[in-house]
Amino acid sequence: MEFQSPRNTVRRTIKNSMKLRSEYPHSLQLYSVPPSETIGLQELEDWAVERLKVLRAIERVNLSKNARFSDDWKTALKNDLQKQNLNSWYQLSSSIKDDKMDEIISKTRQKDHVSHFLMRLAYCRTEEYRRWFIAQETDLFRFRFSMESSEDIRAFMKENKMNFLPIPEEEKKKILTKLIHAAQFNANKVDAVEYYKVPFTEALDLVRHRKVYLQAGFAYIPSEDLVSIITAMFRSHLSLAMALTMRSLPELEDDHRIRRLLNDFDKRYTGQDFNSLQNKSSGAAVTPEMIDGLSKQSFPLCMRHLHETLRSTHHLKHGGRMQYGLFVKGIGLSLEHSLKFWREEFSKNMDMDKFEKQYAYNIRHNYGKEGKRINYAPQSCIKIISASVGPGENHGCPFRHFDAAVLRQKMTMNRVPQPAIQEIVDLVTRHHYQIACQRYFEATHNTEIDSGIHHPNQYFIESQKILNGEVKEKIKGANKISTVPCKAWRPPAMMMAMATNVLRRITDTQENRKAMTGPQKR
Amino acid sequence: MTEQNEEAMLTYYKRLFPYGPYFRWLNYGNMKEHYFHNREFSFTLPDDIYIRYQSFKDQDELEEEMKKMKPQKIDLGAVYNHRPKNHRSISHFIPMEKELVFDIDMTDYDDVRNCCQGADICDKCWKFMVVAIKVLDAALRDDFGYQHLLWVFSGRRGVHCWVCDDAARALDQSARSAVAEYLQIIKGGEQQNKKVSFNYEHLHPAVSRAARIVEDHFESMMVKDQDILGSEEAIKKFLTMISDEKLRNTLEKSMLSYHDSASRWRVFEELTASTNKNKRQLSHLKEEIMLQLTYPRLDINVSKQLNHLLKSPFCVHPKTGKICVPIDPLDVEEFSPETVPTLTQLINELLELEVCDGTGKDGKSLKDYERTALNPSIQLFKKFLNNLESSWKHKRIAASDAKMEF
Repeated sequence: MEFQSPRNTVRRTIKNSMKLRSEYPHSLQLYSVPPSETIGLQELEDWAVERLKVLRAIERVNLSKNARFSDDWKTALKNDLQKQNLNSWYQLSSSIKDDKMDEIISKTRQKDHVSHFLMRLAYCRTEEYRRWFIAQETDLFRFRFSMESSEDIRAFMKENKMNFLPIPEEEKKKILTKLIHAAQFNANKVDAVEYYKVPFTEALDLVRHRKVYLQAGFAYIPSEDLVSIITAMFRSHLSLAMALTMRSLPELEDDHRIRRLLNDFDKRYTGQDFNSLQNKSSGAAVTPEMIDGLSKQSFPLCMRHLHETLRSTHHLKHGGRMQYGLFVKGIGLSLEHSLKFWREEFSKNMDMDKFEKQYAYNIRHNYGKEGKRINYAPQSCIKIISASVGPGENHGCPFRHFDAAVLRQKMTMNRVPQPAIQEIVDLVTRHHYQIACQRYFEATHNTEIDSGIHHPNQYFIESQKILNGEVKEKIKGANKISTVPCKAWRPPAMMMAMATNVLRRITDTQENRKAMTGPQKR
Repeated sequence: MTEQNEEAMLTYYKRLFPYGPYFRWLNYGNMKEHYFHNREFSFTLPDDIYIRYQSFKDQDELEEEMKKMKPQKIDLGAVYNHRPKNHRSISHFIPMEKELVFDIDMTDYDDVRNCCQGADICDKCWKFMVVAIKVLDAALRDDFGYQHLLWVFSGRRGVHCWVCDDAARALDQSARSAVAEYLQIIKGGEQQNKKVSFNYEHLHPAVSRAARIVEDHFESMMVKDQDILGSEEAIKKFLTMISDEKLRNTLEKSMLSYHDSASRWRVFEELTASTNKNKRQLSHLKEEIMLQLTYPRLDINVSKQLNHLLKSPFCVHPKTGKICVPIDPLDVEEFSPETVPTLTQLINELLELEVCDGTGKDGKSLKDYERTALNPSIQLFKKFLNNLESSWKHKRIAASDAKMEF
């Protein structure tokens, strides 16, 4: 890819569109070859920003109650994109033949192509960025795929040499019952669709959810699930490419223009990581003695539950230690205090020696003092909600992982008013876990919160803001809940600034744009 | 028993540890260059000193190092793209391959076993492991087509499985996590009573196979041994798994009119059999409950991570002194953790051997370990290796055939 400075940007001419059409024969791309033409820096930025908005929209829709790739999910995503004037990102279809349209479509496809590669550069640097980017891109691909006609899909598969052969009828007959049971089809349906036999490693999503029949390492896929395999190919292709991109990044960064662009970009990832312990000077720190009090007034239910479990059983399993340990780090508990906090509790059940040997390492690890020395970020709601929680474990999201009865009981104990409890349980049954958490927040703080809840540490900061009178309470009905005021602690100034910043970024993408295009005025 | 004393460990590493077969295993027929050399070993020394990223050129170097360090515990990690020993000086140091591994630990069964808790085990609860091995062994072989499964006693209260097929060792992280999740049926934490639910008409073939295996053992191990319906309290606990209030109340009443687990279980079976048909939610209730109580509980993080360490076979367990010996999945019911040889026992055997040698018995062609109670385990390991090696022979022939064509 070549980057031109804005001064000598060459405007693209109609002549080029002929070339473009042959370059982008299909609306779906595997992005195998990087773009080679000259593109203005400003255009490059604009396209990348648009793509980021699209990926963000996907992430947002994934958090809603709709099952991924269901019709409701698609409609929600389309609406979201429409609102932001990003329709072109899914209207790339191959079936429109008119010449004028052709030009627009080709341009759009080029935009798709180029912005994808720029985003690769921005998001290849850390494991977490890569994972986020790959996940959203894969969903985008699948979303577009689902809107193609079967004719276009065939063309796309042929072009990319994806040749799958259906299994012969006799083979299908032999395993008919298994196929019926694995896919929850009836016999007629199994009869009607074609089945493809592929190595199970090419159908991981279907394997993971036990949606296909497996035999001796092969998965038997009904034709309607082929999309899952093609998406998986897309994903593995991209993940390999990302690893390669990362390796060539130092070279690319020699170009100061691209470096400036990238530096600005990856911060936009999903907002902030709440890894706030860098605040050495500002504000008071949290000490272990304050946690009991704070947990009652400002912890989200997941963390309060972990705290109470820790206090009562003097132990948490690994998942709980990670979720809770990183959270308390995020609210400002220093490494020394953290060690003290965990040691005091764990040593009620085990000798000090065992704690030092088996658990202290992990705590230091969380603070980036051991192993790879990464200062790990506290877990977000998405991560917690999608956690796998097993027997004997207490982590996860209460709204997602508790039985309704247990949840009710817990909330009653925490003195949430009955009408709110009912409302929350209703939300939970409709899978609105984060909205349920938001209602819980509102019910326990007697106020409304506009930004929603997306991170336990954000919950905590919002709560502290209210309790410290920085935000005016919006009294909502008379069911006031008494909270014990906490005198000693105010959130460190820097943390507050960071949080506000992020909220602004998330809610206002315009802001994003300004910050990004700022230094590059045309 | 606490940490093994140094002298005993030295004897073990000098005279008993089966270096030959062990190297044959991890060298994998030398089919890939530096495969053994790039493997991470991790040693635990007394006082929990942990030394990661050890690597050895060959069997001799491994042998020498083990005799010198006398590790209390040996863990195996991944095969990396470079020598793990030099990992600090390499900027791009990544795990390439590893056996697909599974770790099942009895402590994860604490909420369903009544005989022991925590680190303790007895023959009653060992049956959980028997079921686990049978269920997973069948799934890995039938569904995924793997053939070279090394099952190993973890030394105290669990088992490990090392899937050693070429294809399994080459799986990437996402494939490993897909396999692990495919095999994980029990989901839900402390605050969720029902942990297995199938809200659709048919059970997936893998699930119904597991249910069949589990059913064979369920009555003897759960109803009889664990006495899951033995008291009023136990019944209450059992009934928390049933969310349908009407059914729960009916069950409670009918169960209480009987006085032992067996007849109470019968009540449950009959009642679910008759209410079954109408309600989708209840149609698999019996299977769900049996699976929740006995299906293998995997620590899936161990399986998912390519670079996760796992205790090596033929380690001496630091706490029990038992040797981590292979288990024959075909003969799993015969295995009892009680009869696994301990280090002390083996060393006593060696002492007796020396007395025997003095009387002129002929045994020179045999290695020391082949003359102790460790021998059956080593023979089993060798059997596993022979199967593994025959798979390379096919590959070698195929490879040389391919060359001939040019």
